[in-house]
Formats: sequence, structure tokens, C-alpha cells
Amino acid sequence: MVELTWVIPALPLLGFLLLLAFGRRLGDPLAGWLATATVGGSFAATVVVFLGLRGADGGDAHRYTQTLFTWLPAGGFSVDVGFLVDPLSITMCLFVTGTAALIHLYSIGYMHGDEGFSRFFVYMNLFVFSMLVLVLGDNLLLTFLGWEGVGACSYFLIAFWHTKEANASAGKKAFVTNRIGDWGYLVAILLTFFALGSITYTDIFAGAGGLATTTATAIAVLLVIGAIGKSAQLPLYVWLPDAMAGPTPVSALIHAATMVTAGVYLLTRMNPVIAQASPWVSTTIAVVGAATALFAATVAVAQHDIKRVLAYSTVSQLGYMFLAVGSGAYVAAIFHMVTHAFFKALLFLGSGSVIHGMGGEQDMRRMGGLRALMPVTAATFIVGWLAIAGVPPFSGFWSKDEVLLFAWEKHPLLWAVGLVTALLTAFYMGRLVFLTFFGEPRWRRAGTHPGGEAEQSAAEVADDGGGATSTATAVTAVAAEQEVHPHESPWTMTVPLVVLAGLSLLGGVINLSFLSRLQVLEHWLEPVVEAGEHHLDSSSGVKLGLAVVATVASLVGIGLASVLYLRRSAADRPAEPDILLEGWHYDQAVSAFAGGPGRRFFDATTWFDRHIVDGAVNGVAALIRGLGGVARGLQSGYVRSYALGVAAGAVVLVAVFVLRGVAL
Amino acid sequence: MEYAVFAVAAIIVLAGAFGVVVSRNPVHAALSLVATLFGVAVLFVAQEAHFLAAVQVIVYAGAIVVLFLFVIMLLGVDRADDLDTEPLIGQRPAAVLAGLALGGALVAVVVTSTVTGAPRSGAEDSAGADNVTQIGRLLFTEHLFAFEATSVLLVIAVVGAVVLARRRRIEEIDREEPVTDLGRDDGSAGDADEPVEEHA
Amino acid sequence: MILAATPISASWYLGLSALLFTVGAVGLLVRRNPLVMFMCVELMLNAVNLTFVTFARELDDVGGQVVVFFVLVVAAAEVVIGLGIIVGILRRRPGATADDLSLLKG
Repeated sequence: MVELTWVIPALPLLGFLLLLAFGRRLGDPLAGWLATATVGGSFAATVVVFLGLRGADGGDAHRYTQTLFTWLPAGGFSVDVGFLVDPLSITMCLFVTGTAALIHLYSIGYMHGDEGFSRFFVYMNLFVFSMLVLVLGDNLLLTFLGWEGVGACSYFLIAFWHTKEANASAGKKAFVTNRIGDWGYLVAILLTFFALGSITYTDIFAGAGGLATTTATAIAVLLVIGAIGKSAQLPLYVWLPDAMAGPTPVSALIHAATMVTAGVYLLTRMNPVIAQASPWVSTTIAVVGAATALFAATVAVAQHDIKRVLAYSTVSQLGYMFLAVGSGAYVAAIFHMVTHAFFKALLFLGSGSVIHGMGGEQDMRRMGGLRALMPVTAATFIVGWLAIAGVPPFSGFWSKDEVLLFAWEKHPLLWAVGLVTALLTAFYMGRLVFLTFFGEPRWRRAGTHPGGEAEQSAAEVADDGGGATSTATAVTAVAAEQEVHPHESPWTMTVPLVVLAGLSLLGGVINLSFLSRLQVLEHWLEPVVEAGEHHLDSSSGVKLGLAVVATVASLVGIGLASVLYLRRSAADRPAEPDILLEGWHYDQAVSAFAGGPGRRFFDATTWFDRHIVDGAVNGVAALIRGLGGVARGLQSGYVRSYALGVAAGAVVLVAVFVLRGVAL
Repeated sequence: MEYAVFAVAAIIVLAGAFGVVVSRNPVHAALSLVATLFGVAVLFVAQEAHFLAAVQVIVYAGAIVVLFLFVIMLLGVDRADDLDTEPLIGQRPAAVLAGLALGGALVAVVVTSTVTGAPRSGAEDSAGADNVTQIGRLLFTEHLFAFEATSVLLVIAVVGAVVLARRRRIEEIDREEPVTDLGRDDGSAGDADEPVEEHA
Repeated sequence: MILAATPISASWYLGLSALLFTVGAVGLLVRRNPLVMFMCVELMLNAVNLTFVTFARELDDVGGQVVVFFVLVVAAAEVVIGLGIIVGILRRRPGATADDLSLLKG
């Protein structure tokens, strides 16, 4: 059954081509149904391949390579278009196609009435195809193709409503920032080829053990740079919060569940190389992950835009995965990736449902009390919240606990950072839930146009602070004109929410850590990660203690949030420090650097490129043109001159034969 | 006897060739060409290539030269060429030099070497047959593919000639319509007024 | 064949064809009328034909004559197309010489 592997990416590609050709004619909602059907079919194919791989087809290693054709034959070097199916890639495929199918279904309802409806699904199907190529590719270059494909789709979809300047520049920001990471990846490919003579994963696994430490370190560092860009880690995380300018299903699919985890996937895939590298590489990964997790969590505490909170939360959770990779906990990283895909997709889709119901409003300060009006959204959202907060027995608890356990063994300080992050996560997610679904309704006061700028509304709320009662009547008068009617979303949107809520609740069962027999995922992934996986040596008492501490931290965070925000009214002053709202001024610092000293450096490189690199190329061209100008004189256009040349040639030829004949 | 035939034929051939090159009038050149072709046909006969001699007279002297004459008459270019000026500087001395060198080299080859090579192994098969039979047998056995290829070549040539001739017709018809619009009397003036031709 | 009894050397024929070829080549180089240039090409072709027939007799191989046959066919095709083109050119530009057709100059 594994022979069906090619079907998995082929179906979304087919959907993409069909929608590209006939999307406009199919229109709303048929185009969406077509897209959903292809991705759903892809999921079904994945399940079939998965069952085949679990059975006899895959052999002992559960590994199967399907080569379709030779892509780049170049002398001794050739790149095939082939798919590598092993436990890691099929696990990725399962949750990618699964969540993608649900999010496609959701998008039918969410994008209803948008003039770019079919265009949206064109990009979405292309994205799913690229993501599957990334995951299934059996060599670094094919993965890079998918890597760039998802990057391009991400760019298209962030700037989906490109008529607004902010959206277009958010897309460009994502593109440019990712490019830094892509450079690292590309050089890593070249280096791997030089070191091993091949870039297919099977060859890399076989040859990684023989790599020199310095070579392995260089490759690993470059891969980490690539992963940092794609997975939005410090210092390249800046594009992800801005990427929320795209439609919410895009945020859920690309910027939470799938694409941003590509960096973690890549590092897991290349774990034999990282295992061969110097130890400081994995330590760096762990530190970067921990720092990102803590940093993003602090910023998430102060955001007002519901999607920005989730965006920083995503950055923070990706930091967790990096922490896991750095601690040698590849299984835990994939485990957390899967559960995170479930609950973060759920949270994003839930927030999308709220935004949809609120008529485009994204500011949490103008929500509140939505629990009664949107029961399904609220219930599923709360499930997602408890999952991400790490409350047992929700899925997030199990995966987060795994990560923290490995972090403890790496270094207690890393564990402490992870714990604080867990506490903060529980806190800001509690804040989000309380502000949105609990408390008094504040959306009746929404005077400005939906989706107004955060700064504008912040100023407005601050002004209101003093005399709430005196201005109340005026605000009601404004609200009468622009009444907001929160309402529950259509079934195409709630069904994915319910399914994802179920998965968020139960997703932990794939790897229950307290009994070795129940660690299904770990046994399943073992052949892929055995080279780099760290083996635990903590006693079960320590494990239990760490789990209890983590649970207590989550509960403390939720408790703090409930104290601060449960009874919050619109009149209260904002409790969050401004510096957190501004993300520690990181963006401004980057801008200041890029605009000041960076600018001069960039100008210098531009000069070098224009005069030295281009100069060499143009110089060669000019030389050839000069020679051509000289030779041009021979092309007089007179046939008889050419004939004279032919005659002269004939004379020379005959003369040669005569002289040779004489010599003989 | 053969020397006499060869000498007369060679004189005819060379005289005809010089006539082609130095005649001011293309009609004279064509007639000189006929003389050369007849001379070559005689030399063919002298070398027992009777079939080729016949073909030479019929196809070359009969068809091709007549075609040349047709074209000359059709285009009305039967006026004398100007042979006194040479627009390309150094072309004429260079041509003479190249001619001398080429002729000298070729004659040198003939003088310094002798014809060698074994007679054809299968020659005995057709030893008794006459010239036409021998050529026919070879054409339809050993050179069958080349023979068929030449038939394709001739078809292409015919089609090409038709295309070359037809395009003029359509162009002339196309050209005549605007001519009446512009008040010109007839299409004969149109030939020179095509914008493409202004390069001259 | 009476003449065959006293055969003359093949060198005479070959020398004659060399001269014929040279005259044709020089004519091609010095004449400007495209029709006459074409005739010069025919001279050169005939010179080559003569060598083929000479060698055919010398080596007692009719193959040489078959080649001449093919050359004749190709020459016929060439004349048809070539004259078609010349007619096309000279109709548009009466009295044009080969030197006037130098549009492809570099």
C-alpha cells in the first residue's frame, strides 16, 4: 500500500491546477469544496500509506523510498524526485493533511463572500502540496523546493488582502526575513554534498557517522540558521507576529500548525548530523529555544489583538520545540509539534470564529461575555486553552511535560526557563479567554470601525478611563449606529473546531509517558532518531515531581489570570506594561540598526556586487562584444566576399593534401 | 583517335567556360554554357558513360539552360553587364589569385599522383551488361534509399517553386488594392514602392 | 570500342576538369549578375561530374556514374529553387546584382 505515496502530494497539486484553471468559474463555495476534497483525499491516502508502513510493506526499519524520476542529472551528481516514507515523514503527513483538511473545511465558511475566494484556495492547495513535498522529499534539495514553496505560499497568503499597505509589507517582511534562513539551508545543502557526495537522506544517515566533527558542526549550524528563520526563533522571529495580517485560517494552517514547524522537522530529520557535531551546537539550539519561549511569552502577556497573542504564543511554543531538539528530545519535539498543531490550530480557528462573529473585530478589549452567544466556539476554545496551558489530562500537558523533563536533564536552568514560560503561557492564555468569553460584554461600546488600529483604540480606552460614566451615554449613541451582533459561526466552521477540540483533548494518548508500553510515538519514531536521541536516566520520582511542579505552575498562571482579568471592565486601566506591548522594542531596534550602521554595510555590499561581481560579468560581456565588433567587419553582406573566403579555404585544403602527398 | 576527340572536346569545354565568365550579355553566357555542356557530354561518351551523356544533353542542355534563358527573357535582363568596374575593392585580383592557386594546386595533385585503388569486387557480375543496365541495377539495389531520397528532394523543390511563385501573386493582388486608392494608374509602379525595397 | 584500344591517361581528363572548375570558381568570384553566377556554379558541378566519370572508367566501377546521376538530380532541384529566388529578387528590384543584396551585413 505504500506504493500510493505519490498520491499524497499529487492530489493537492491536482486541486491547485484545477482551481488555477477553473477556480473562478467554480466560484463560491464550489472551489472551496473542491480544495477540501483534494486535501481530504490526500489525508485518506496518507492513512492508507501509514497502515501499509505499519504492516509488512515497510520492512523492519519502516522505511520506503519511491523514486518518480530523475530531476537534475548532472554528471556524477544527480537529484531524483523521490519520496522517503518513514515513521517521521508519515507522522508529519498525517497531521499536516489532517489539520489542513479541517482548516480547508473551515475556510469555506470563513472566506464566504470574499472576492478572492477561489484565489485563496488556489494558494492553500499549493501550500499543502509544497508542505507535503517538504516532508516527503527524500533529499535535501527536494525538501528545499517544498521549503521555498511553502515560503512563497505564506507570502502570497499573508499579503492576501494586498490592497492594504500594511498587509503587503507584512508579506514582504516575512519573505525577506525567511530569506536569511534560506541562505543557511542552501549553503548547508552544498556543504553536505561536498562532504558526503550525496544529498539523499538515506545516504546522509549512512554517512553521518563518518563525518569530521568540524564538517558536521558547520552543516548543523547552517541548518539551525535555516530552521531559525522558518520556525521564527530569536533573532528572526519578527515576521511571524506581522504574518497575522493574512486571513485567520492561514494563520492557523501555515503560521501555527504546519509551515513554521518545518524548521523543527528539518533538525529532527538531520539529527544524525547534529549528533555528530560539537556539543555546543545542540546547547545553542536549546538556549535559543528557551530564550525565544520566554521572550515571546512575556510579549504575549501584553498584546490586545487576539491574533497577536496567539502569534507570540506560537513563537513561544516553537521555542519549546527547539528546546526539545537541543536537549536531544526529538520524539518530544515531534510530539509537541503534533499536539501543538491540534490545539494551536483550534485556538486560531476559534479566534477566527470570534472575529467572524464580531464582524472583523480583533481587539480583546472590545470583546467579553461571548460565552453565551457563541457556545460551540467558547467550549472548544476553552479546551484548546487548557491544552496549551498544560492542564492534565489535555494533550499539551503530556508533550510539554516531556520537553521539560529532557530540559531538566540538559540543564536545570533550561528547565526553569521552560517552567516560567509554562506559567506565563497559562497566564496569557487565561487572560485571552477571560477577556474574550467571560466578564461583561464590552463590544457594545465599539465605536470605531471594525479592526481599528491598536494604538487608536488604546488611546481611546485610556481617555475613557477617568469618566466612564459621564461618557457612557455618548458611546451608546455611537454604538447604536454601528451595532455589533456577535453570532455563532456556520457548521463548516464549528465542525473543524469540535474535531480539533477532541484531538486536543485526547492527542496525548499517542505518547503517555508514565508507562513505557504506552509510549507509542516514541517506539514508532525510534529508528529515525536513534542517532541523536538522548536517553533519560532520571528516576520515576523525579519525573513525577517535575510533572507536579509543571501542573502547579499552569494552575498558578490560570489563577493569576482569573484574579486580574475575570472581573475586568472596560473602564479599568490596562494592566500590561507598555514595553511588553511593544515587544521589548525589538522591532524598533532592528529598524534602527538596519537603517543606521546596517545601511552602510548593505550599501558597501551593494557596491561590491555592482562593481566587482557584476563588473566581472559585464567585463566579460564587453570583451566579447568588442571582439565581435572586430569580427563584424568580416560580415560584409557581400556574397562574393564570402565565396572568396570559401575559395581560399579550398586552396588551403588542397594545398595541405598536395604537400602531404609530396611528403609521402 | 581518342586524343583528337579529347583535344577538340577540351577546347570546346574551356572556350565555353571562358565564354560564360567573360560574356557581358547573359544570353551569350547561357549559350556558352550550352557549348561547355555539350563538350562534357562528348567526354562522357569518350569514357563509355553513354547513359550519362544522354542525360547530360537532355537535362542540362535541354532543360536547365532553357530554364535559364526563360528567366533571362522573363526578367528582361538581357542587357549587357558592366564588367569594367568592380565595387568590391581587391575582389578581382584576389579572385584571380585564388583561381591561380586553386587551379595550380589541383593540377599539381593530378600531376604528382596517379589513380590507384582496386577495381570493384562485384564488377564481374555486370561485366557483360551494357552501361544503362549496370547503372539501373546499382540504382535500384545499392543506392535505393538515396534514389528515393532524391525523389523526395524533387517533390520539395517543386513545392518550393510553387510557393515562391504563388507568394508573388498574392502580394501583387494585395498591392493593387491600395494602389487604386492612392490614385495610381497601375500596379507596375507598385513594385518599386514597397517600403522594404527602400534599402537599396 | 576502337578508341578504348589506345586509352589516354586519366590525368588529362582530371587536369581538364581542374581547369574547368577553376574557371567556374573565378567566374563566381568576379561576376555580379546572379544568373551568370549560377551558370558558373553549373560549370563547377560539371567539372566534378567529369572527374567522377573519369574515375568510374579508371576503376571500372559504375558507382561513379551513379553519383553523377544524383548530382544531376540535385543540380536540377537547385536550379529550380535558385532561379525561383532570383526571379523573386529581380522582380522586386530589376537589375539588382549580388552586391546589392547585402542586408545581412554585420
